[in-house]
Amino acid sequence: MNHLPVFQVLLPLLGAPLCLLVRRGTLSWLVATLASWGGLAISLALLHHVSHTGPITYNLGNWPAPWGITYHVDALNAFVLLIVTTVAALTLPYALQSVNLEISEENRPLFYTLLLICLAGLLGIVITGDAFNMYVFLELSSLSAYALIGLGKRRRALTAAFQYLVMGTIGATFILIGIGLLYSLTGTLNIQDLASRIALIPASAYGHRTLITAFAFLTVGFSLKLALFPLHLWLPNAYTYAPSVVTVFLAATATKVAVYMLLRFSFSILGSRFVFEQLTLGKIMLLPSLAAIIIASLVAIFQYDIKRMLAYSSVAQIGYMTLGISLHSHTGLMAGILHMFNHALMKGALFMAMGAVSYRVGSVYLTDFRGLGRRMPLTMAAFVLGGLSLMGVPLTAGFISKWFLVKAALEIGWWSVTAIILIGSLLAVIYIWRVVETAYFNPLHEIEHGQEEAPLGLLIPLWVLVGANLYFGIDTSIPVDMASWAASALLEGTMQ
Amino acid sequence: MTTANLLQLCILIPAIGALFIAASTRLPNLREGVTILTSASLLATVFQLFRRTDVFSQTPLVLATPLPGIDFELHLEPLGLLFAGIASLLWLITSLYTIGYMRCNSEQHQTRLYVCFAIALSSTMGIALAGNLLTLFLFYELLTLSTYPLVTHKGDHDAVAGGRFYLGILIATSVGLLLPAIIWTWQVAGTTSFRPGGILDWTMAPAGVSLLLMLYAFGIGKAALMPIHRWLPEAMVAPTPVSALLHAVAVVKAGVFSLVKIVLYIFGPKLLLETGSHLFLITIASITIVGASVIALQQDNLKRRLAYSTVSQLAYISLAVAVLTPLSVTAAALHIAAHAFGKITLFFAAGAIYTAAHKTRVSELDGIGRRMPWTMTAFAIGSLSMIGLPPAAGFISKWFLLQGALIQPLWPVAAVLLLSTLLNASYLMPIVYVAFFRSETRPPHHEHGEAPKIMVIALCATALLTLLLFIKPDPVLRLAQLLTGGFQ
Repeated sequence: MNHLPVFQVLLPLLGAPLCLLVRRGTLSWLVATLASWGGLAISLALLHHVSHTGPITYNLGNWPAPWGITYHVDALNAFVLLIVTTVAALTLPYALQSVNLEISEENRPLFYTLLLICLAGLLGIVITGDAFNMYVFLELSSLSAYALIGLGKRRRALTAAFQYLVMGTIGATFILIGIGLLYSLTGTLNIQDLASRIALIPASAYGHRTLITAFAFLTVGFSLKLALFPLHLWLPNAYTYAPSVVTVFLAATATKVAVYMLLRFSFSILGSRFVFEQLTLGKIMLLPSLAAIIIASLVAIFQYDIKRMLAYSSVAQIGYMTLGISLHSHTGLMAGILHMFNHALMKGALFMAMGAVSYRVGSVYLTDFRGLGRRMPLTMAAFVLGGLSLMGVPLTAGFISKWFLVKAALEIGWWSVTAIILIGSLLAVIYIWRVVETAYFNPLHEIEHGQEEAPLGLLIPLWVLVGANLYFGIDTSIPVDMASWAASALLEGTMQ
Repeated sequence: MTTANLLQLCILIPAIGALFIAASTRLPNLREGVTILTSASLLATVFQLFRRTDVFSQTPLVLATPLPGIDFELHLEPLGLLFAGIASLLWLITSLYTIGYMRCNSEQHQTRLYVCFAIALSSTMGIALAGNLLTLFLFYELLTLSTYPLVTHKGDHDAVAGGRFYLGILIATSVGLLLPAIIWTWQVAGTTSFRPGGILDWTMAPAGVSLLLMLYAFGIGKAALMPIHRWLPEAMVAPTPVSALLHAVAVVKAGVFSLVKIVLYIFGPKLLLETGSHLFLITIASITIVGASVIALQQDNLKRRLAYSTVSQLAYISLAVAVLTPLSVTAAALHIAAHAFGKITLFFAAGAIYTAAHKTRVSELDGIGRRMPWTMTAFAIGSLSMIGLPPAAGFISKWFLLQGALIQPLWPVAAVLLLSTLLNASYLMPIVYVAFFRSETRPPHHEHGEAPKIMVIALCATALLTLLLFIKPDPVLRLAQLLTGGFQ
């Protein structure tokens, strides 16, 4: 029990070089899969521990708190850890067959190494209680993500990766500058220590201006990383051209972790009163969020590459998360956190379906979907169910998110925001249904090689995620309680 | 077996039936046998509920708790029992009819049709038994989604376009208007359970009450109040059995049923009468009654004419509940039954004509009554019920509605009723007239008589039910009168 927090990061971090050492594709897959399952087990144990005995603080190398690096697990990051490890534990079994098709033999060990490093980085960001350590992990996950995207089959994957590299580096630099400013102001990097020292600064003092500047840099940096409209430009290309497995993994985890960082800095370090009442983060986030919901959904309707369509839909869905945050109420924040979980489930399922289609058909243009309703009935059924969750039909996880978001907007009487939330889901109906109509009502291509349904190795993880979408639409006690608990902890402004 | 178990069975039987139907796809006879068996056992279950005395005094049955403080729950009340009874009885008859229709027209994808039919019925039962707004919304959406493959059954361009219209309007209104209305209700009242006398109270401003009522009236797109009615004619691209059961009974009745339930059990008569909000609903319903009848006059396609007639008849039910007197509420419940029996007869007849003679237009029907006497006699009975003339069931509901309107007193409503009676007669009676009294202008493509026997039996059965409901309306009337408890 004592060393669980550090093992959460160490396990994938140590698995990564091992993948490289075994040098055989399948063997390194096995290592990676075991590491990801171990990670899931640890995150479940941590969640259990946190929910029964309260937050855990772990001092790395036994160095006491303000000097050494501290890992801190509370309601919010236990929940995010669970999201990341669950997605990883489902993505890796899925990876075997998909990677064998899309990645060349000699690159496979490298691929799994990078995937594990990325996972370690994401987990590190979430679990650490040290601002600079968070930046280090951020770079770790980002660099491996650039390389992973660059491994895509099409040559445009390289430009997509480069684009992401440029934007991501700008974002990371902004975050680094923000952290540097906070350090110059307070002389500490430990998150709890930062929070208590910032709380002592009177509003009128000189330090105030540095704080505002730091906040501005941090917000822009996080917004770039979480692809908040209009800073999302790297995302559609990256998701479209990355290998299927990478898209599944990144779409379901990377942006959520960026949202987590935003929450952690805004609420736990700077304090919700300062951020929302003096710096008006609510107003700053509100407009881009609403614009994301409407504009990105509209753009999604006109995409012919379905992976790109889903990528734009991700931009819109991130808008829902940041919208929840910007409402600055318990319900709103909770809806935002809940949607991180639910969106990971639905987008994971949808991108897995894309991977299955591309496994059989080779690409995922709209025209490739013709007749797939008959040819790949299970994959397309999964796509329809995942799509229903995205639209927010009752009995799916997406409905629950939408319910709480609308409730949060109605609580403060914002009718126009309510309308935009609902218009967003209606636009989702349109872009999902384009695919459904093509798959079920258009005849098969003339040139048809007798390929059938996707292999079980892809279908099982896909349907586990679809099942989770349905299960968490009916029995919502776990995510709703966790999100509600995390939201109250954040609003109290402490790392409880 | 406890009453709670029976309620669960009502939803489970069609759902499980759907699985068995899907499994027996290779054996058409077995598949159709399973369909009949499923619908018969559903009818038996609902009949059991009719005989229970404790059926309305049960505590709500909680299925799951998806949101804190708000459950998926089943709770039976008189109107729900009435709706469940009508839907399950007509499903059995429609199943027989469907078998004849599908085989005779050798339609594609028959298994998919039977499976979706069963799922749609399961959702309909869910709507009938829903104990709160969230449960109602859940099954309402499921009904929309499960009927989509039925509307687009043919798979050609028209069917896909019609399906787009269908899904687009129904989902847009339910997500865009009904869902916020439900969440708003939950926020104001703290509950979404249906309770006699309503759950909303005086904390809402009158303007708020009116706005909320409008959100519900237009959000429930299945009630087809103008201008949200366009999906119904578009849905007529579906095979006729689908139009008959779903777009004359299950789907549209689910709409007006929800509206009646919301008016009686969410708002409550007192709140609406004192804020005057019911006048909005009366106005919209009146416009729809007259408007849809006028449009029906101009339709040459028989099924489209019947569809506009459905729009108009549904508005009768909305109007009846909006008048808010015990008599008119009784009329609303009665008309749900009367219109169901009458309209399904008309659609069955239209399908029989299509099957036997391959005719879809009113202008082609000259003299067809001599070749298909049973079908056209049933059609005439259904028409009488639509117009509201004895000896058909439509007369009784219209009688109660008129009485209710005169007690209130709402003279314009009485005028609307009179006008619409004339309009109904003028778009339905000519069909009966030309079928029987005009001779064929040119010989048909092929010699034909009646449609297959099983279809004729089905449509005669529903026509008989229309007459029976006029002679012996007691079982329905008894349930309808239990509804008026909220007025004391």
